[in-house]
Amino acid sequence: MSGPNTNYDPVEVSALDPAQVDANVQAALDAIAAAGDLDQLKQVRTAHAGDKSPLALANREIGALPPTAKAEAGKRVGQARGRVGQALKERQAELEAERDERILIDEAVDVTMVPGRRPLGRRHPIEQMGRRIADIMVGMGWEVAEGPEVEAEWFSFDALNFDEDHPARQMADTFYIDPPEHGLVLRPHTSPVQARAMLERGAPLYVACLGRVFRTDELDATHMPAFHQVEGLAVDEGLTMAHLKGTLDRLASELFGDGIVTRLRPSYFPFTEPSAEMDLRCFVCRGTDPDCRACSGTGWIEWGGCGMVNHNVLRACNIDPERYTGFAFGMGVDRALMFRTGASDMREMIEGDVRFDAQFGMEI
Amino acid sequence: MRVPVDWLREYVEVPTDARGADIAESLVRVGLEEEGLHGGDVTGPLVVGKVLTMEPEQQKNGKTINWCTVDVGDANGTGEPQGIVCGAHNFAPGDLVVVVLPGGVLPGGFEISARKTYGHVSAGMICAADELGFPDDGSGGIIRLAERLGRDDLTPGEDAIPLLGLDRETVEINVTPDRGYCFSIRGVAREYSASTGATFTDPAIALGDKAPRANDAGFEVRIEDAAPLRGQVGCSRYVARIVRGIDPTAPTPAWLAVRLTEAGMRSISLPVDVTNYVMLALGQPLHAFDLATLDGPIVVRRATEGEKLTTLDDVERTLFAEDLLITDQQRILAIAGVMGGENSEVSDATRDVLIESAHFDPVSVARTARRHKLPSEASRRFERGVDPLLAPAAAQLAVDLLVEYGGGTVDEGVTDVGTAYEPVSIALNPKDIGRIVGVEYADDRVREILTQIGCEVSPEFTVTPPSWRPDLTTWPDLAEEVARIDGYDKIPSIVPTPPGGRGLTTSQAARRLVGESLAAQGLFETWADPFIGDDAFEALGFASDDPRRQTVRIANPLSDEKPWFRTTVLPGLLEALRRNVARGSKDVAIFEQGLVVGGPAGTAKTYPVGTYPGPEAVAAIEQAVPAQPRMLGWALTGHADRAGWWGGGRAADWSDAIAVARAAAEALAVELVVTAGDRAPFHPGRCAQLALPDGTVIGHAGELHPKVIGRLGLPARTVAGELDLDALIAAAGSPQARILSNFPVVQSDIALIVPSQTPSADVERVLRSAAGDNLEAIQLFDVYDGDQVGEGRKSLAYRMTFRADRTLKTEEVNGFRDAAVAAAEQEFGATLRA
Repeated sequence: MSGPNTNYDPVEVSALDPAQVDANVQAALDAIAAAGDLDQLKQVRTAHAGDKSPLALANREIGALPPTAKAEAGKRVGQARGRVGQALKERQAELEAERDERILIDEAVDVTMVPGRRPLGRRHPIEQMGRRIADIMVGMGWEVAEGPEVEAEWFSFDALNFDEDHPARQMADTFYIDPPEHGLVLRPHTSPVQARAMLERGAPLYVACLGRVFRTDELDATHMPAFHQVEGLAVDEGLTMAHLKGTLDRLASELFGDGIVTRLRPSYFPFTEPSAEMDLRCFVCRGTDPDCRACSGTGWIEWGGCGMVNHNVLRACNIDPERYTGFAFGMGVDRALMFRTGASDMREMIEGDVRFDAQFGMEI
Repeated sequence: MRVPVDWLREYVEVPTDARGADIAESLVRVGLEEEGLHGGDVTGPLVVGKVLTMEPEQQKNGKTINWCTVDVGDANGTGEPQGIVCGAHNFAPGDLVVVVLPGGVLPGGFEISARKTYGHVSAGMICAADELGFPDDGSGGIIRLAERLGRDDLTPGEDAIPLLGLDRETVEINVTPDRGYCFSIRGVAREYSASTGATFTDPAIALGDKAPRANDAGFEVRIEDAAPLRGQVGCSRYVARIVRGIDPTAPTPAWLAVRLTEAGMRSISLPVDVTNYVMLALGQPLHAFDLATLDGPIVVRRATEGEKLTTLDDVERTLFAEDLLITDQQRILAIAGVMGGENSEVSDATRDVLIESAHFDPVSVARTARRHKLPSEASRRFERGVDPLLAPAAAQLAVDLLVEYGGGTVDEGVTDVGTAYEPVSIALNPKDIGRIVGVEYADDRVREILTQIGCEVSPEFTVTPPSWRPDLTTWPDLAEEVARIDGYDKIPSIVPTPPGGRGLTTSQAARRLVGESLAAQGLFETWADPFIGDDAFEALGFASDDPRRQTVRIANPLSDEKPWFRTTVLPGLLEALRRNVARGSKDVAIFEQGLVVGGPAGTAKTYPVGTYPGPEAVAAIEQAVPAQPRMLGWALTGHADRAGWWGGGRAADWSDAIAVARAAAEALAVELVVTAGDRAPFHPGRCAQLALPDGTVIGHAGELHPKVIGRLGLPARTVAGELDLDALIAAAGSPQARILSNFPVVQSDIALIVPSQTPSADVERVLRSAAGDNLEAIQLFDVYDGDQVGEGRKSLAYRMTFRADRTLKTEEVNGFRDAAVAAAEQEFGATLRA
């Protein structure tokens, strides 16, 4: 704000000359447009809109004018300053936007660099496979049961209708705890868990038994002395082989895809009567490729054994075979994993090489 | 069991156009699994050739080949001699040989074409036995037809495929243990008939009708089993027939030898071949004794422990008291149903033969065969149950064949001693079958099927299974017969509706959570077999009285080096760790959840099948099984936080081992009490004891002892840990929610100088307790043991965070802090660091 016009100087009044004002405005606008960055614009602002800028000085002269001239000069200078101010504001916005954009460009990184400070670990694929099977069974309303690996011979054999002369009880097949006459073995199947479940819970009963089992096989690509089984046991009133087949079909399609069904073939197992082998529709060719390597062109893959629970098993486990019927099935988890993932060498499943686990995610 | 197709056709009307594969499919349907198809895989031209010329040519590689011309008649289309290079030498010009011409295919899909070799164009091949899929007969390779077939009336160019039986097929099937009768062509034919409806003629019926009854003139046989096994006399029937005056040089007829070969047996001599043939045909194992070597009546008795017999395989065997023997007045002649003795073997000099056709107890034969590790064709059949009514028919067939081909005459005397066969009867409610199978069968259909498989079915459905089916004893056995013959493929698929389960148990869910938490921390799950050796205990530095040496021993381990069932998962984990490092992985973090033996084993009784021993007995069995807690183990080496473009990594150290335990505990909301521990296999100064809040020690973690690392060949500073996962899960509580304050926090930092050996966790516990309820958090953020704090001392810097349900004043917080410091001063002699 200028003070009272006590020190009138005609030279300075020329600052209010319209042509001069316009020239100043033009000079300011040119400078603003020429400002290449925010720092330059800051200098331009000081030079053309600051307290010592020509237009500010001109404004200061207005007070000294005679009242009649004040209005017109004031308007002229005000408009001039307004134009300059507007231009500054716009340029400021432009330059800020440019700066912001440039920062983002400058901050760009090489996102293809692979981070790995602490890579994710894994659950073992066999565990994942077992978990998947358990979830399917639980989804059908079943429960999951487990039991000890060092197990009584009675639970492992006699209760399951393997009489004392059954060949599976030979040391050539089953690991015995020393001394053998103490009646303890490493369970050769998860079936003792079925016996325990029947004795503990009674009927009706729908349990899946998951766990590790042992046979006296040397380790090679297709055999392991310790491997994993899942068995299902249902005991209820009115159960038939149709329910067995329905359960297997459901499990097969959940594990291997829609339309994958099972086929039953007559067979023999001590703990079931009638008994069956179950084949799985080939999940590779679905029975359409006579040269399929997965099923040797047969369209079917052997999956496991099953049947209706033998009355002797029900009796041994204190369940009345006159009232209840049951079905049971069993299959290798490791084998299911091989089917599902194409893993071909069982040794890789037991060696603990982290590269085996790392091939898979946390869900198989 | 190998089933030659043309033999099968003798007993059942197999359609003319049915191939081996079709037959196999029909058999699979009723439960006889296909093991393989043999024969029928040669396609011609495969013809008779007459060798015209044969010029040996020495080759640079040292071999001599023969450049031959062979007359193959018009089979080559020209009638000109065929030029063929042959590397074998066991033939001469004039010999009749087998020639495969270009375009022919040999077993294994081996296609023949004319090719240039050794400077000639060889247009075909002169065939050796093995090239046609025959066993090498020892003649040196090339088949000479005149000798092999005993004929010289062959014409060059004649098709050799039927001559050699190469168009004959054999179906190999797997016989399940319940179907012993299918170890015979008779049994398989019956099954084929049941599967397809083809007409079956039981060869045993005519033979049985023809067989004369026992009479006083028979050779005396006494069954004197003083110690029956499981209540069964070892020999329930013994039929003996005698054929005299056999020509010892009489050859086995070719058709019979071919059948034996196709069924997988060798042709030996007429009497032996006849017994094997009858066994394969009908399922009744026979034994032929040289009558001249027998002294007096035959006695079937149990052995005396330590008696000896040299069996036909030329092995002297020491007998067990349970072994059932065939003896005469002087000697042991045979182990019943398993193998004969050398001393009574039929030989080139044998003229009079006694045929034994007996029924031996399956259990007795099975035990003996196993004890002597002597599975034989006979024992395989007796173990699974031989038709007890078959003996006379089988003996008759053997007699007939010996008379016809050996020129012998049969004795009138017939021996048939033993106990009468008593069939079982099963009361069947035919509706029960549908109720277990899930298919409605009309009563007539049930009757039809059961009759078809040989049962007698009374109007009231009392079912008498046939003598060859000892496996049929209960009505579910009959249900299987009906279901399998009607077809398992007719069973519908119905998903049952259980009453609704409770989902996973708390323990199962908790184990998943722990496993996933550890995986999220970067650990990979492994699993190892549970077998360990004493060396594992030594390597881990377990003291001689370490309870982890107390476990069960495997009586028949795969390796004598590893007879123990593990008591800790660490040996397997550390082996896996080492394997990973050896295979080039440097940064390895692994874990295992697994069962170990954690308590003494008792004696578990057994009880007969099909009987519930009662709750006390079951409880006693459960008690005898050793406790098997599930352990969580882990091991880390290399970088815990890896090095890379982002900078240097951080080596896994003892604190990472403890962090794993904390992660597992935190996942289950269990407060883990960590104190200094000292336990093998850990470094005594870097071992944490892991306990529950109630003081129960559940595990240890830390750096492995340098000696353990050295003994196991692990990378330096390898860290590990192990805890009882079941105990951790059992301690998982259900924390109660409290109201969260949103008032501002006030922080106060203190540094306390304490003696070096003072555990920080103890200091923290005292501070926490003395600072009062408004202490929200306390964190150890710096540890310093440099010169400034003095020898034997360290400085612990804690950040204490206070909050209340109102805004705390500075003076109040100072008061809490001072109280905490004062408590530490009093407890540990701590001084506040300036």
